[in-house]
Amino acid sequence: MLVRTNYLTKRYTEKDGWKIGPYERDGGYKQARRALGMKRDDLLTEMKAANIRGRGGAGFPMGVKWGFMPWPPKAEKPHYLVINADEGEPGTFKDRTLMELNPHACVEGCIIGCFGIGAHAAYIYVRDELHLSKERLWAAIAEAKAKGYLGNKPFGLDYPVEVYVHTGAGAYICGEETSLLNSLEGKRGEPRLKPPFPAQAGAFGMPSTVNNLETIAAVPTALEMGGDAFSKLSTLHNIKDGGTRLFGVSGHVKTPGIWECAVGLTLRELIYDLGGGVEHGELLGVIPGGSSCPILRPEEIVHAPDEKHVLHPWHGKSVLDVPMGVDTYRALGTMLGTCCAIVLSDKADPVLAFQNLMQFYRHESCGQCTPCREGSAWLNRILTRVVDGKAEMEELDRLHEIANNIMGNTICAFGEGTAMPAMGFIKKFRKELEAYVLSGGKAGTGTLAPDYFPPRGTDAGAAKKGAGAPPAKRAAKPAA
Amino acid sequence: MEKTLPVAHEPEAFALTPERERELADILTRYPNKQAACIPALHLCQAQNGWVSEGVIVFVAERLGLSTAHVKGVVTFYTLFNQHPVGKHQVWVCRTLSCALKGSDAVLNRCEKKLGIHVGETTKDGKVTLRTAECLASCGTAPMMQVDKDYYENLTLQQVDEILDRLTR
Ligand SMILES: Cc1cc2nc3c(=O)[nH]c(=O)nc-3n(C[C@H](O)[C@H](O)[C@H](O)COP(=O)(O)O)c2cc1C
Ligand code: SF4
Ligand code: FES
Repeated sequence: MLVRTNYLTKRYTEKDGWKIGPYERDGGYKQARRALGMKRDDLLTEMKAANIRGRGGAGFPMGVKWGFMPWPPKAEKPHYLVINADEGEPGTFKDRTLMELNPHACVEGCIIGCFGIGAHAAYIYVRDELHLSKERLWAAIAEAKAKGYLGNKPFGLDYPVEVYVHTGAGAYICGEETSLLNSLEGKRGEPRLKPPFPAQAGAFGMPSTVNNLETIAAVPTALEMGGDAFSKLSTLHNIKDGGTRLFGVSGHVKTPGIWECAVGLTLRELIYDLGGGVEHGELLGVIPGGSSCPILRPEEIVHAPDEKHVLHPWHGKSVLDVPMGVDTYRALGTMLGTCCAIVLSDKADPVLAFQNLMQFYRHESCGQCTPCREGSAWLNRILTRVVDGKAEMEELDRLHEIANNIMGNTICAFGEGTAMPAMGFIKKFRKELEAYVLSGGKAGTGTLAPDYFPPRGTDAGAAKKGAGAPPAKRAAKPAA
Repeated sequence: MEKTLPVAHEPEAFALTPERERELADILTRYPNKQAACIPALHLCQAQNGWVSEGVIVFVAERLGLSTAHVKGVVTFYTLFNQHPVGKHQVWVCRTLSCALKGSDAVLNRCEKKLGIHVGETTKDGKVTLRTAECLASCGTAPMMQVDKDYYENLTLQQVDEILDRLTR
């Protein structure tokens, strides 16, 4: 169900709407002040009732995660709140809008979060490339400090809180929480084995909570409304997926963008009502929540005859009509991820899209685990051969084998994040892959961007003036 | 006959400007230990030096009480630390899927043609280094490229020309 809201996005279009003046005019910082005077248990109860599912990809309930922190905190083991604003998942561009246009919600969320987990310092880990985001966060921190909302006695209360921005240096893997912790500590961003989990030994070896930036930004709103009322904004409240969140769509839609909506929006609404519909042709497929989520095809129908099945209410309907929730999407065999979808029209070549993504994973594997390092390299190599028209049919089976061999054999979820979308493409676009092999690389539309490179066979395939060689040619020589 | 042993190559001395020194001092107040300042310190040095030279590695290691091996390990892990001198301007074209669907290949072709170099290379006059980037969180305003600290979004080929003209002038 499409219900647009604007708790976080109200000031997105206002000039200087990111500053503290407009934020406080709309009630900002009242909840941080209130929280610091609350009993920790009461705050935790509200947060659990809000059913805020982690917005960073895994969808873990935020309140429950806060509850994992050892209690009471020990003086010799300071707790840390670590906010994940690495925003590296291909297709995802939501956290950036919050940092640029509503940084105070992030800072206020951090104050409440620190109190909730017993920390006195929060580090917001922002990928280095987002210079404006970092600037705005620092500016918001300075404004809050000047007002006496941070520091030794925030709001005059006895609960010191500091918020810092920390930057990475260009590595997708640093979005994985333990890799991020290593990076925060000044090390190579290689993921750690779990356990220990961050709540036991996180930042600097101390108990820590890692929350996504949007997750923490939702906290002030949830507290203001009351956890239960916030949760009930969602049509999936009954399966503990509450509130509102940011939905994004990019790729072949007429009006790409980010919208805040109640949880329960469907992909059809996201693509057609918010995204303005598919451009260049009909819908071929959609990657629902960042590139690590297996692709969905519009022809897919929900099969859930069992009344107890989470998807039963949508039995017999198109997958596009299932509300976008953490558990509903998992049940569909994909993931909600970051809730930012990538749309492919039928003029786009799915084989090229597949190759594009495998090139990404190949580049970003940290290399610690052999199945991930070698597997991602092989997936990319074989797909490049497919695109080049040099692959044999057996190699398509190898693709599946390689992906399958990554599953469950790695230190971190990057492995699954590579293998699952790969297996999705192999299963759902097997015909197209085979056609590529049989035709020596001449099947398919041969393009990803019809604006510049018309599909094979149309317009004599003439590229738009000045566009140069088509994607297939470029894909064949993997870029440096 | 006496043989002179080859002298180990001495890294050139590196030091931060006083202003950046103050910034580093401020950075150090944020963390419970000095090691955590490693990445921010490297960014500071690179902003001044253009790349992370041996001298920079020695400087950061000494200032933060780390081994040069540790600092080197960090430098080689992260894409944004330049291990060699690069051009005055850094052009990064996002090549990942959302951008590819909106024409990043055309943007990249155009950059290569206009600059007369391939991805990964620097123009002869040392002005521009061209590279591809993985998703830069700008997917809804694709295609895009980053030039130094600035994002250019919803690019047309004409805009690409204009931006590059400005850089190479
Ligand atoms: C390879 C990989 C990349 C990730 N990238 C991000 C990211 O960029 N931002 C993010 O918030 N979470 C990312 N995550 C998820 C984090 O590990 C972690 O689950 C999340 O930050 C927890 O916050 P949440 O519970 O609020 O979602 C990534 C996970 C993996 C495995
Ligand atoms: S799964 Fe991949 S990214 Fe994760 S630790 Fe292993 S090699 Fe690194
Ligand atoms: S794919 Fe280019 S910015 Fe995300």
